[in-house]
Amino acid sequence: MSRNPNAAAASRSADEVVRFDDVSMRYGRGPEVLSDLNFALPPGSFHFVTGPSGAGKSSLLKLIYLAARPSKGLIHLFGEDVAHLPPSARPRLRRRIGVVFQDLLLLEHLSAFDNAALPLRIAGRKPAEYRADVAELLSWVGLGGRMHAMPPTLAGGERQRLAIARAVVARPDILLADEPTGNVDHEMAVRIFRLFVELNRLGTTVVIATHDQDLIARSGKPVLLLEHGRISTRPLQGPVLL
Amino acid sequence: MSDLFDVGRWKPAPFLPERESRDGALIFVVAVLCFLACLTAMGVIAANRAASGWTGQLTGEATVIIRPRGGETPDAAAARAAEALSGVPGVAEARALEPAKAYDLIRPWLGDVSDLEDLPVPRLVAVTLDPRHPADGKRLAAALRADGVDATVDDHSIWIKDIRRAGGLVRWLGGGVFLIIAAAAGAVVAFATRAGLAAREDVVEVLHMAGAEDGFIARLFQLRFARVAGVAGAAGAVAAAIVAGGLRIAGGGGGLTPALPLAWGDILAVIPCPLIAALVAAAAARFTAMKLIRAMA
Repeated sequence: MSRNPNAAAASRSADEVVRFDDVSMRYGRGPEVLSDLNFALPPGSFHFVTGPSGAGKSSLLKLIYLAARPSKGLIHLFGEDVAHLPPSARPRLRRRIGVVFQDLLLLEHLSAFDNAALPLRIAGRKPAEYRADVAELLSWVGLGGRMHAMPPTLAGGERQRLAIARAVVARPDILLADEPTGNVDHEMAVRIFRLFVELNRLGTTVVIATHDQDLIARSGKPVLLLEHGRISTRPLQGPVLL
Repeated sequence: MSDLFDVGRWKPAPFLPERESRDGALIFVVAVLCFLACLTAMGVIAANRAASGWTGQLTGEATVIIRPRGGETPDAAAARAAEALSGVPGVAEARALEPAKAYDLIRPWLGDVSDLEDLPVPRLVAVTLDPRHPADGKRLAAALRADGVDATVDDHSIWIKDIRRAGGLVRWLGGGVFLIIAAAAGAVVAFATRAGLAAREDVVEVLHMAGAEDGFIARLFQLRFARVAGVAGAAGAVAAAIVAGGLRIAGGGGGLTPALPLAWGDILAVIPCPLIAALVAAAAARFTAMKLIRAMA
């Protein structure tokens, strides 16, 4: 008796946060930017995604955070086949995902505190429940003195840290970060990386897309390498130096 | 921690900016539309009152034209007709008009003719009908026939029909103009919503990615434009009330004109304007926002 491949994939993906089966993606009628990707991210894992510019790192993250659709293949997120997900179910899944966008996407008319608290407000939490947590998190990322500041008045590194705070404030099940240390100095990059590691220890699956080979090398974390739209895995790196 | 920021007193800021640079133009356009809608509403109410007044006057009266028979003077025929009509149920009073009054009625049509009294002007009987149970023309004619009076009864039914039709037309016209204005206001708000969504695509994207539902995001725009339209509606209503008040004062006791007898109470018609403007704007913004947000998603 032959087994339904979709059912088999669903069964496998039930224990995985993300699963890609033969996933390809193209923008419009352009060439494929991602081709036949097959990988799975177990809960609590920590991966870097790296590769040359234009390799499709951001596109890969977009597929995971449901901002793009594959042109081929199956994506399972938290065990659910996203292709068959009704639009009304997407917000529920997105609340389990924290994203640090490459262009940050901070809301310029809201204070740093309001920006950081945004996912908690959307989740319907009451301010009294999370005020102190947001303040503590902002202090931790070095924005304790800038909570009232509006994003246009923040420096590049401060904006980046604010975007990270917003992504992690709701303790997401998976954190996706697109070049999260691009605008910060080495010391802050290490600090941010440690925040991610801390979140990971608490059970959050972390995926970081970065060019920072030094950070990758010193992290000791596994790598998903994207080249020409195809993915290969590099196992755990050498000793952890961070 | 910031000296300027008290975490304990923090309150969430609105997801959308409270003011946009385009708001001024939107408020102006919606206020003008509301101003016109309020004037239309007051005009319809006043015209309706005029039509009702004229209809009431005409239904309360009838005129009988007497043709004297051989051997009977016109005055005697008119007096006999008035007496015959006085006993008819539904007639409050029947009074033969003096010849001088009959001449007064035709003088405006013929001009200042010196020998007007020589013309064979028919005698008239003015009948005042019971306002609760008025007698109709047929009953009056039957009573006159029974008493052998040759006469024509004019119960004004032709005029009443025309005035009622005109009154109905004014109501429909006013309703139509009101709907057109509401549709224009809705279209303006829909356009502003599109512009607002385009300008705030970043907000929509961030809220989406943070797990906000389409309805939640649409509601932000819905409430925002409802508030703006409500303010504009209030401004338009106040302006219309001031103009109507000025016209009422200028028009004196009879209102603006006999065809538009504007009353002070008519100005109350502006009260629902801000609410209606807000509801139209909310519906237009919601519909547009949901459509665009789904397209963005």
